[in-house]
Amino acid sequence: MLANYGYKDGSGDYFITIDTDRCNGCGDCVAACPSEVFEVLDEDPNDPLRDEPVAVVAADKKKKLKYECSACKPVSDRPPLPCVEACKAGAISHSW
Amino acid sequence: MAEEKQEEFWRWTESNWRNPDLNWTNGRFITAGIDVGSVSSQAVVMVDGQILAYSNMRTGSDSPNSARNALKYALEGLEIGEDRIAYCIGTGYGRVNVPMADRTITEIACHARGANFIYGPAVRTVLDVGGQDIKVIQCDERGKVTNFLMNDKCAAGTGRGMEVFADLLGVPVTEVGERSFRVKEEPSAVSSICVVYAKSEATGLLRKGWTTEEVLAAYCRAMAERIHSLVERVGATPEFAVTGGMAKNRGVMDRLMNIIGIERARTGWDTQIAGAVGAALFAHALCRQGKGGKKGLDPR
Amino acid sequence: MITAGIDCGAKNTKTVILNDGKIIGKAKVPTGFDQKEAVKASLQKALEAARIKREEIERIGGTGSGRNSLEAADTKVNDIKAIARAAHYFFPNSRTVSDVGAEEGRAVKMDERGNVVDFAINEKCAAGAGAFIEAMARALEVTLEEMGPLCLQSDKEIPMNAHCAIFAESEVVGLIHAKTAKPDISKAIHDAMASRIVSMIRRVGVSEDVVLMGGVGRNSGLVEAMKRELNLEKIFVPDEPEYGAAVGAALVAAHEA
Repeated sequence: MLANYGYKDGSGDYFITIDTDRCNGCGDCVAACPSEVFEVLDEDPNDPLRDEPVAVVAADKKKKLKYECSACKPVSDRPPLPCVEACKAGAISHSW
Repeated sequence: MAEEKQEEFWRWTESNWRNPDLNWTNGRFITAGIDVGSVSSQAVVMVDGQILAYSNMRTGSDSPNSARNALKYALEGLEIGEDRIAYCIGTGYGRVNVPMADRTITEIACHARGANFIYGPAVRTVLDVGGQDIKVIQCDERGKVTNFLMNDKCAAGTGRGMEVFADLLGVPVTEVGERSFRVKEEPSAVSSICVVYAKSEATGLLRKGWTTEEVLAAYCRAMAERIHSLVERVGATPEFAVTGGMAKNRGVMDRLMNIIGIERARTGWDTQIAGAVGAALFAHALCRQGKGGKKGLDPR
Repeated sequence: MITAGIDCGAKNTKTVILNDGKIIGKAKVPTGFDQKEAVKASLQKALEAARIKREEIERIGGTGSGRNSLEAADTKVNDIKAIARAAHYFFPNSRTVSDVGAEEGRAVKMDERGNVVDFAINEKCAAGAGAFIEAMARALEVTLEEMGPLCLQSDKEIPMNAHCAIFAESEVVGLIHAKTAKPDISKAIHDAMASRIVSMIRRVGVSEDVVLMGGVGRNSGLVEAMKRELNLEKIFVPDEPEYGAAVGAALVAAHEA
């Protein structure tokens, strides 16, 4: 399941997509993110029949992703994103 | 505030319904799904997976009581006490405020399941436009979610955004759709996505001599385009089903489906109950798995 | 040499007249729905304030979201450049400036001479601009001028759930129903606003001195909230900060003449 967390407003599209088929709930993304955007839950709130833990974008962050992620997305010399790099399963992608 | 004395343009009709052909007394599992949204709440009561009754009403400012009121309204005229309900699932924005829920499930899973029920198993894409959010969900033939997106940050395209606009123009929200088509030529969309800026833009257009209907059309077009860009992110595969209150706004929906290029699936059910239907169905599934039966309540 | 800068903004059109780098007159009129008229009126009022005639102005720089309707302007000035120039003019040690107007917010990183190094723009969303605070003032039923001082009376930290002006309005109404004190609500609003503006500034990188311009600079509560968010002792705000970009446009016009 592709879980697209985030929003689109007048200023742009800001989505973090977690591919839950690839995610095994390891939590490396949680450790890598300086803004605590991710968390791992034992029960997937969007998939009541899933057994494994899963990473989600924290509920109090998903409405301000543009702001939370700004530390890793400077205007110039943007480095690779820590969360994307940390995920060995390649489950995380950003739309901006 | 200032609008108290005037007509309440945002008001739509609350309703409840009972299935005249269903005898609940012989049913094995009575389950309930309660969807407490930021703007509206629905309660659906099912008997062995068939809809017995439902209600649809405004949530109001007191969320905890909304769940209770919605269930009461649905059960109006039926002698079913809350304790006869084997399993109850709460969903929606206010799901933590459903005191009688045994469990909560997010509205993503519930809407997919509910749409699968009210529209049929051929549904692959579900668009739910509610009071304060927009959800696009792709699901399989069992109503299981394969891809989803939920936008609840920005009011543009949501029911609340439409209410604010309807209020500005003095048009009852239930008339927006029909009136937006009373134009000689379809105008282009307002350029602002943001509802706050669209309001200024609309005021400017009215001053320039645009009719209310033309401004409505321009706004509906802008909302359709915006919702379309969200749909595109997830993908639109037939059959395409629309749930939630905005499904009733032809002004936005007809324009949207025109842009997408698919026909909307049809249903006789009230589109706003989809989330609660899904919740009640999950409750039923859990009962059948033996997880239900509140306080050992299983008549057989 | 006398030059003028006209900043045609979403809410107000500001004109500043400079004589060899000194402000000799300025005026502000609501932009309304006719930008051309607003520009004319604003320039006229500024001329009266400076007690000079139109012919005495050698060059006019036009900037702002309405800059393409500035027939009066001799030169169109990019607003990012205008902001950087103005910040440097007011505070020569400034390296980061944020200009937040009624409908748009900008952050600019500058070098020691006021040249633009990097910039970020936050537009088309009311949550990142003055329109948000205006909407919240209406919801709280206080004037815009009262918002800042009200916020300074509170030291509570109430996070806001909504990052949209429309949803935040409902949230504020909810807080009022729950009997939350207005100063506390005002603080929550300013904290949320500050975190949005600061995250935009962080995209260009924070270097002191940090300057805040635009109408929101008049809001003492917002300035305090930004200082907290940035963890800075001081943020520099020019007097009458809404004239910032207009000053910048006048400076650029002088430079190009």
